[in-house]
Amino acid sequence: MHIVVCIKQVPDSAQIRVHPVTNTIMRQGVPAIINPYDLFALEEALRLKDKYGGTVTVITMGPPQAEAALRKALSFGADDAILITDRAFAGADTLATSFALASAIRQIQKNMPVDMVFTGKQTIDGDTAQVGPGVAKRLDMQLLTYVSKIVSVKAEASEIVVERRAEGGVQLLKTSLPCLVTVLEGNNQMRFASMPNMFRAARHPLKVWDKDAAGIEDITKIGLKGSPTVVSKVFAPTPKSERAEMIEVESGDPRDVAITVLSKMFTRFPVVEKEIAKRA
Amino acid sequence: MSEVPAKKKRKFELDPKLAGYKGVWVFVEHEQGQVHPVSWELMGEGRKLADMLGVELAGVVLGAPGEQSRQFCNEAMFHGADLCYLMADDILKDYRNEPFTKGMTDLVNAYQPEILLLGATTQGRDLAGSVATTLQTGLTADCTALTIDPDNRSMAATRPTFGGSLLCTIVTLNYRPQMATVRSRVMAMTERDASRSGRVIEHPLGMIESSIITKVLEYIPDAMQDKPQLAFADIIVSGGRGMKKPENFQLIWDLAKVLGAEVGASRPVVQAGWVDLERQVGQSGKTVRPKLYIAAGISGAIQHRVGMDASDCIIAINNDPNAPIFDYATYGIVGNAMTILPALTEAFRQKLAAVKKAG
Ligand SMILES: Cc1cc2nc3c(=O)[nH]c(=O)nc-3n(C[C@H](O)[C@H](O)[C@H](O)COP(=O)(O)OP(=O)(O)OC[C@H]3O[C@@H](n4cnc5c(N)ncnc54)[C@H](O)[C@@H]3O)c2cc1C
Ligand SMILES: Nc1ncnc2c1ncn2[C@@H]1O[C@H](COP(=O)(O)O)[C@@H](O)[C@H]1O
Repeated sequence: MHIVVCIKQVPDSAQIRVHPVTNTIMRQGVPAIINPYDLFALEEALRLKDKYGGTVTVITMGPPQAEAALRKALSFGADDAILITDRAFAGADTLATSFALASAIRQIQKNMPVDMVFTGKQTIDGDTAQVGPGVAKRLDMQLLTYVSKIVSVKAEASEIVVERRAEGGVQLLKTSLPCLVTVLEGNNQMRFASMPNMFRAARHPLKVWDKDAAGIEDITKIGLKGSPTVVSKVFAPTPKSERAEMIEVESGDPRDVAITVLSKMFTRFPVVEKEIAKRA
Repeated sequence: MSEVPAKKKRKFELDPKLAGYKGVWVFVEHEQGQVHPVSWELMGEGRKLADMLGVELAGVVLGAPGEQSRQFCNEAMFHGADLCYLMADDILKDYRNEPFTKGMTDLVNAYQPEILLLGATTQGRDLAGSVATTLQTGLTADCTALTIDPDNRSMAATRPTFGGSLLCTIVTLNYRPQMATVRSRVMAMTERDASRSGRVIEHPLGMIESSIITKVLEYIPDAMQDKPQLAFADIIVSGGRGMKKPENFQLIWDLAKVLGAEVGASRPVVQAGWVDLERQVGQSGKTVRPKLYIAAGISGAIQHRVGMDASDCIIAINNDPNAPIFDYATYGIVGNAMTILPALTEAFRQKLAAVKKAG
């Protein structure tokens, strides 16, 4: 079984700060990590490999530095890694990203058929959850999103059964391979890198593909040109016109504070008083 | 979303081939016989956009033939639509990507809307990404505000970016339809007006079951009783890292109990395992819009704020007078949550007793 896992290197947004005066992102010193949601996809692929045997290939589209994300994935146990990188990819939105990833996967298929493509649920920077469905459509693969559990895979019968998170419950779905699965978070935990895998990851000859190697001829489909959406403005959330009314009571007795806030609130927000009265 | 900012505004001419795309559509999402409320929230937003453009607002229903799908169309009118497109086929009884993508794509190609809105739910995102790719058009995810740019009549969609630290406005200029998804509870619910009506346009799916590869074997509904209904709660009491210990979090539960409220939490509290993931409020949790939101020991980071600042009234308790939450709360109490919370609980208890006595 051959599984391709799409991973993305993202800035650790927990550590991003916005410059208080210029409202610009301060990226300096913000570490790059593998998109946390993609680790669930990678671990799920590695578990299938443990169980059924096969090959796990990780791919990423990004700047040359994204190599670090691939080496990390190799150290967890991925077999092969491809960095898809080209200046022409700059400025890609989800439509252009899915085009480039799908082209690369088609190239991979030429050497070894691909049974499944895994992606994370979403990225923490783009945060759209659109790339997975986009890649599936372009490859004409069955799409299984928000998969919480892979129930069974029968490679000979090219059949897979999964649990998919729906709004009010769980769908049990059966489909044929090849398919694309977007893996829901929280149902597994990334394993630790083993010593041998860490050594192998450091030495592994990474494949680096530019747009030609990725099989892309039509450059109007990639990068900024291939992106229908355009960012017209970036701005900081506006502070509310008024700050909170601060409740201070001379005595500082919490009981007085509580009584004051209730009476102020019920005067200004009769709806809240009504809502609370309903519960009496 | 492309990461390179657009150049200075220049005069914009829509490709004449796209001039025929008219009207605003809202996908009416349903599962197990229930329309997802986000569809009606979107209908309100869609109404505003359609009025700004001077065009019609349509609902889109894909479902099984019969009374129920018809009823969903009527409901779409009650919530503001002028008309509804209906694709009724047994194949569409349960949501599946392949037939829904074909159905929606065919409808768009046949009737050419300029804007298509969907809920950012597991179903809406699955469908939106597939439809946008098939139609090769732009899709903006998880928008928090939608409007029309008067300069070029295109939709300006605003969404959080960089983990919520900033907002960005995205346009899809020379592609149609312009697509966007919006999370549940981000937009206000519309009023239902059962006197409204409109026309229904039926269109066939044109697929046979045997050609569809993915099959739904079973649908296992969530056990509703023990799932918190945070998104629709009218009163929420939330605690953050400032509660210090899981034992102290009991003070949050105590106040919630007296108020008949749901309990919410900030991310660190969820990550520490004090409460269930279902209770996380914010960017990577739930969006809520209660009448009253009480936040204790929560600093009010932007990722928390985006999930709750549509609340009517926010009471914040924090011992740091400079906590960001005071920048947008309605009432701020600077003090120790461990003493303020019990006092609030007692004051609300007395209030309820007084109401009861007054009958
Ligand atoms: C991609 C991304 C997504 C995120 N999504 C979410 C999300 O969905 N929801 C979310 O909440 N966060 C989210 N976060 C995290 C967010 O940035 C903040 O880290 C988080 O909201 C802080 O939680 P907190 O206010 O409980 O903790 P802290 O920031 O540590 O604040 C604790 C507060 O309690 C106060 N305090 C301490 N002791 C007391 C006391 N005795 N009485 C009263 N007050 C006291 C302190 O003054 C402080 O203000 C996300 C972050 C990222 C990067
Ligand atoms: N540049 C990229 N390279 C590889 N995979 C990506 C890239 N961008 C997105 N993905 C995959 O698509 C998923 C959804 O991303 P997004 O649509 O940006 O939220 C991610 O979890 C990744 O698995």
